[in-house]
Amino acid sequence: MPQLGETVTEGTVAQWLKTVGDNVDKYEDFVEVSTDKVNAGVPSPVTGTIRELLVKEGETVATGTPIAVIEEVGSAPAGGATPAAPPETVKPPSPNGAKTAVQESGQAENALRGASPAVRRLAREHQIDIRAIRGTGANGRVTADDILAAARTLVVTQSVAPPTVAAASAMAAPPSGATSTYAQPLPGTFVPLTQARRIIAERMVESRHTAPHAWSMVEVDVTDVWQWRLREKDRFERETGYKLTLLPFFIRAVVQSLAAFPLMNARFSPSTGSAQAGILVNDEVNIGVAIGLPTNLVVPVIKHADKLSIKGIAVAAGELIEKARKAKLAVDDLAGGTFTVNNNGANGSWASAPIINAGQAGIVTMEAVVKQLVVGDDDTLAIRRIMNSCLSLDHRVVDGYVASGFLADLKRRLEAMGPQGEL
Amino acid sequence: MAVVSANSTVMNNVEAVRATLYEAMKSDERTVILGEDVGARGNVFLITKDFIGEFGPERVIDTPIAEASIVGIAVGMAMEGLRPIAEIQFADFIYPSFNQIVGEAAKIRYRSNGEYTCPLVIRTPYGGGVRGALSHSVSVEALFYHVPGLKIVAPSFPADVKGLLNASIDDPDPVLFLEHKKTYRLIKGEVPNGHYTIPLGKANVLKEGTQLSVISYGLYVHWALDAARQLQEDGLSVEVIDLRSIRPMDKTTILGSVEKTRKLLIIHEDNKFGGIGAEISAMVAEEALFHLDAPIRRLCGPDVPAMGYALPLEEEFMSSPAEMAETMREMVKF
Amino acid sequence: MASTDLATGTLERHGLSDEQLRAIFRNMLLQRQLDNRGFQLNRQGKVPFALGSEGHEALQAGAAMAFNRGRDILAPYYRDLGLCLGIGLSPYEIMLSIFARAPDHNGGRQFPNHYSSKAAGLMSFSSILAAHLPHAVGAAYAIKYRGEIGRAVLATCGDGTTSEGEWHESMNFAAVHRLPFVMLVENNEWAISTPLDKQMAEPEIWKRAEGYGIPGRRFNGFDPIATYAAVKEAMDRARDGGGPTLIEGTCYRYLAHSTDDNDMTYRTREAVLERRKQDPVPAFEEVLVEHGIMNAQDVAEMRKSVLRETNEATDAAEAQPYPKPADLYAQVYEGAWQPWQS
Repeated sequence: MPQLGETVTEGTVAQWLKTVGDNVDKYEDFVEVSTDKVNAGVPSPVTGTIRELLVKEGETVATGTPIAVIEEVGSAPAGGATPAAPPETVKPPSPNGAKTAVQESGQAENALRGASPAVRRLAREHQIDIRAIRGTGANGRVTADDILAAARTLVVTQSVAPPTVAAASAMAAPPSGATSTYAQPLPGTFVPLTQARRIIAERMVESRHTAPHAWSMVEVDVTDVWQWRLREKDRFERETGYKLTLLPFFIRAVVQSLAAFPLMNARFSPSTGSAQAGILVNDEVNIGVAIGLPTNLVVPVIKHADKLSIKGIAVAAGELIEKARKAKLAVDDLAGGTFTVNNNGANGSWASAPIINAGQAGIVTMEAVVKQLVVGDDDTLAIRRIMNSCLSLDHRVVDGYVASGFLADLKRRLEAMGPQGEL
Repeated sequence: MAVVSANSTVMNNVEAVRATLYEAMKSDERTVILGEDVGARGNVFLITKDFIGEFGPERVIDTPIAEASIVGIAVGMAMEGLRPIAEIQFADFIYPSFNQIVGEAAKIRYRSNGEYTCPLVIRTPYGGGVRGALSHSVSVEALFYHVPGLKIVAPSFPADVKGLLNASIDDPDPVLFLEHKKTYRLIKGEVPNGHYTIPLGKANVLKEGTQLSVISYGLYVHWALDAARQLQEDGLSVEVIDLRSIRPMDKTTILGSVEKTRKLLIIHEDNKFGGIGAEISAMVAEEALFHLDAPIRRLCGPDVPAMGYALPLEEEFMSSPAEMAETMREMVKF
Repeated sequence: MASTDLATGTLERHGLSDEQLRAIFRNMLLQRQLDNRGFQLNRQGKVPFALGSEGHEALQAGAAMAFNRGRDILAPYYRDLGLCLGIGLSPYEIMLSIFARAPDHNGGRQFPNHYSSKAAGLMSFSSILAAHLPHAVGAAYAIKYRGEIGRAVLATCGDGTTSEGEWHESMNFAAVHRLPFVMLVENNEWAISTPLDKQMAEPEIWKRAEGYGIPGRRFNGFDPIATYAAVKEAMDRARDGGGPTLIEGTCYRYLAHSTDDNDMTYRTREAVLERRKQDPVPAFEEVLVEHGIMNAQDVAEMRKSVLRETNEATDAAEAQPYPKPADLYAQVYEGAWQPWQS
């Protein structure tokens, strides 16, 4: 199939002007080809006899695809001349022509290898799989602009509510006989899943549908530990370069409570072919810290958090948060968690019901710290800082007794911290 | 020279050099000019025509044919308080003074820990396109820009010639002031009246663009601008930067442009290997790698000793606006 | 030998007083002592390099006496320890250069013996022979240009340098423009390992003056008074607008070129010893004593004083700090400098 035009990539055999067995002269048209730009007769490159017609009339093939075999006069039968050169067999493109899904694995790997530094960086920053992008650069190269365009549509759809067609039709049964103008799918922008989004979706479903989630909450008077934090924060920031939040204090209390309630630091182990079902109580205490980024949720893990001081936890958390913000987390940073802490309060939340990180027994939150008027035991009034802490638990592993005990222990420890001490 | 407005005058590059030198001689008695044929002949391009009559032979010195000592004596004058402007008649003749420039002038301040300084300007015409062949066409900036202690300037427009020459004369350190001889009469422009300086180390963005950064200096800036304007008609947006100052070099402008366009093309007449483009490429790769969406390219003189006298040889050496446009187009579409 | 009039036995002083003659001698002693100290420190492992000037003491002390401090300019080369001392550089400054300490004029950047002092009129120079001569000529031009009568530039070099192209270019320009410039060639017969007869067909360098159209003269560089007379005559001519002079002082390089040279690879010990018989330092001592300008005790005290001064200078300089690593980056250009400037 000749290339009839600079930007043409395929052609259709409109009509064969010769059939098998016909003779043809050099330069004599033997087929009519049409492209989206032009219709043209294609002259034979040699004088000879048509031996084979490889493409049917009306069929479209990519440029370079063999379409006929002509035996040249005076040449050996086997050596037919075909119009265009490369013997590759390229599959005709799919009917709608667009490639939105992942390409052939060979081409996809080439796309990755040939990606420029700007493309790699932008893809990493926007959590986009380069292989999923159609390139508009030379030879189909994925350009930086291609990545940025993809990222822009992602951002747009994040702020748009997901299509609610299914929900709408499920909630209200339409009046019988009436047809709705909303019977068609609602208009919107289709956004392909990024790698990250796909994984988050799968894990959330797995967790919710495997572990029966129960929920509980306590109120914690954090006035004293808050004071302690205020006292230490400037020096801490000077010495380490990181900010000192309430998180490391909280995690310190959490790991102590986990020591007292080891079942919270466990996971349900379903039966497999070779093993019985059971509950695996972890030896290590590795606390995952949930971090929300613009297009992603990551949970880097502070390993052996039970062996760290508050300062140690704060530095470890600071490092991981910085890495997360710079998209520099390594696989190991994200693996090995045994329990998770989610500082939802940073967003102003007062209570939340998080989904357990699959493979753990619980996830505890820090909600917003709010000044409240509190009535003391002696009926005196005081202004105190109050923070809720919520716990989602896997009811296969622990039930209310353990969970409440854990929360109560956590509350007690937090309320006993500060207003000063050794970090 | 036609006066265009009350505030500026249209002139070409050679007139700009002349006017600037004239004002410098008038305004500062410490200024002396020395070189071959600068006095009675008024310089082979008539830059200092009639200067000797007005300023006297002690200030406009016809030296013997001795390039090493033209620069060396100027160094001594500078060390002893004068503000000499030495001329090397053609950059191709500069090699005998290499030691005085690189081994001495560049190091006076440094080796004496600042006790002695060398406020010297060395002016020389360079570059080809004038059928100058082996000894009247070379570009020499790459031999000198490597040297700490030296400053190298290569303006392309008359207004820049004046501002940068004034700044070079004022500079307390040795400056090699390169004048592309083909632009002497070819390039005209408005030059503001009165005394002004353009600081060394500042490039000039001649044309803004979003799809490709082109850096050049000397004669080729004008060709590159032509090429970029051609591409503009086809809707391709190319940014053109006139380097103006080779050492110090405007790193901020270069990096800012590359971060915007993500593609870089360096165009210069001098040989490619080890030329100015090599340093720019290394610097950009080192500091802006993750902004690059295409390999950095350099469109430069071929790595042969010189352009030949025969016209086909000269034309083969030099790049044309059409060649530049073609390379720019390829890069934008990459 | 001394300019003693053989007929009358009187000393031809060329106007020098007793005090000046003693000062010349002291300069010679101090030069030799400081010179020696450099080698001692090198053998002690305290400094990596030393370069000696033994044999040049009379020439340099005599020339220095003809130099007008605060008015004239000196453009020396690296074997001019005595001359630089004579025009006002202190032993302390010389030792700072040998030890490469921070308060050195050059901040410890240059090889030792590459003195520089704006205050003393001593132009900064490099190790590249003859490269300083166009500078000296340029400085002479500046003096003349400003109409500064009574000032002149004294430039020195060894016989080896006179083979350089820039020696010729400098002489030529100075002559054409009748500059206040004196070219003093200290002919010690050796350019590292190259003897005079491999360097030039005409061994009397002063004769080239005729080719430049200027006066030339040769004198005995082992005789400090004869040196003084020759240098003074040339400098006076230059100061009075009479143009340049080429003067050649003959002496001998008793030591190897430097601590990195082994001169026994190219000359014999006997040849050197033979020339030692003309050593200017004991020779001038003999003249001074013979003519009653100093006695043995004066000489002994002077030697002690020179040694004391050398020791004090050595100790004081050695106690100074080295330049800091960050100092490497200063003075590349005026002001603070980075490789790329925005």
